Amino acid sequence: MGAMIRVENLVKKFGDFTAVDNISFEVPKGEIFAFLGPNGAGKTTTIKILTTLLKATSGTVEVDGLNPKTHENEVRQSFGIVFQDPSLDQDLTAWENMDLHGVLYHVPGKVRRERAETLLKLFELWERKDALVKTFSGGMRRRLEIARGFLHTPKILFLDEPTLGLDPQSRNQLWTHVKRQNEADHVTVFLTTHYMDEAERVADRIAVIDHGKIVAIGTAEELKQKTNATSLEEAFLALTGSTIRDESATSKDQLRQVAQMFRGGGRR
Amino acid sequence: MNAIYILWLREVKKYSRSRVQIIASLGQPLLYLLVLGFGLGPVYQKAGGGSYLQFMAPGIVGMAVLFTSVFSGIALLWDRQFGFLKETLVAPVPRIYVMIGRTLGGATVAMLQGTLIVVVCLIAGFRPVSLVGIPLGFAFMALIAIVFAALGTSIGSSLQDMQGFQLIMNFLVLPIFFLSGALFPLNNLPKALSFVTKLDPLSYGVDGLRAALIGSTHFGALVDAAVLVCVAVALLCLGAWRFSKIEI
Repeated sequence: MGAMIRVENLVKKFGDFTAVDNISFEVPKGEIFAFLGPNGAGKTTTIKILTTLLKATSGTVEVDGLNPKTHENEVRQSFGIVFQDPSLDQDLTAWENMDLHGVLYHVPGKVRRERAETLLKLFELWERKDALVKTFSGGMRRRLEIARGFLHTPKILFLDEPTLGLDPQSRNQLWTHVKRQNEADHVTVFLTTHYMDEAERVADRIAVIDHGKIVAIGTAEELKQKTNATSLEEAFLALTGSTIRDESATSKDQLRQVAQMFRGGGRR
Repeated sequence: MNAIYILWLREVKKYSRSRVQIIASLGQPLLYLLVLGFGLGPVYQKAGGGSYLQFMAPGIVGMAVLFTSVFSGIALLWDRQFGFLKETLVAPVPRIYVMIGRTLGGATVAMLQGTLIVVVCLIAGFRPVSLVGIPLGFAFMALIAIVFAALGTSIGSSLQDMQGFQLIMNFLVLPIFFLSGALFPLNNLPKALSFVTKLDPLSYGVDGLRAALIGSTHFGALVDAAVLVCVAVALLCLGAWRFSKIEI
């Protein structure tokens, strides 16, 4: 079986700062692959390059055998993504968000409606399909984003810290759904998370990334053996050290906070 | 094409759902129309200008279209903050479609808002000189809406956060309104002011609306239409270029 994602000597620089420093890895079809790393390690940057949102400085990237630089739209059609921050339109209903996504991804009308119904039922959102997303709880929104990501039957699902800020129940439910879809449709899953227990539970293989470099790659067991650790968390700390990484707040982060303040009340 | 349609529909749906916003946005034009219209009316009449309400109503319509269309473009910033923009940027759709859908949606919303103001003007006592002029008036309204929705998209794509918003409001949108001749005739102005008003695209929009609705014009309706079309094309290109440069 061929690799769904292939990355070779990938480098991404922002000015003098090297966010991703010469990394290489492969994710075979149907695998659940986790990217672990402290804040600012280069996880999101890598995802953005794989998903055509950023262009690599150098190196080779292949998604489903295609280069995201030259085959932008084909690559985009092949994956679904759940971002770190929400990306739903809160002034539309759950159904409208699904429908809009289906149209943007060229899913024909009948299939679109059928799949949207199946997915909304699967993610237990069907009863609220005509409610505006701004009335949804955090967990419901996350579920809707994931349901939406599956709508166009992607070959790969990118999940960038999908459980951030969710309660244990919602987290549990979310991973159950992802696992189920992975087993049913052989969807390749590429995820990042801060929660070691999640990575250990769902991921077939884990890559630990720090300062833009991959420091270790393998199954949870292999990582533990390599570092003589009893838990993945211990292994992670052994690999990445225990200094705390503070990202400087950019204007974007500040606005994100403002946006979060607004989010409670609805916008405009 | 479907992508353009669905993004257009999104703008229109959002507008039709924001009733409070619709009512709130009627406030400012109403103030101008009623307070200035009736307050300055007698002076204007004594100076031999005729009915001030007749004169300024097209200007107020132009103002409503200007504000609504620019803001619908700047709403891109909201989508950036609330994340929806990312959803459209990773979709397998050329960015130019996304930009066109949004801009046309914003322009449509601005026209709906302009139509509401026309109705308010009619209630306040404004009377168009001929029925033939009404479709022509709507054509000018559409041109104004496209010009400024494209401008809004260009601005919205270029700003990173809301800090620049006040700057744009005070140094771009309000000057565009005040220098457009919406509130005063463009004849016999001091040279400098006259020069600046000629650079303001809204001057041609308001003048076109006057030509259509009250049958008086400063530049001539054909010149108005030609200038607006050129500016619209230029700003659409600028907006498409700025939009293609967005990085999340």
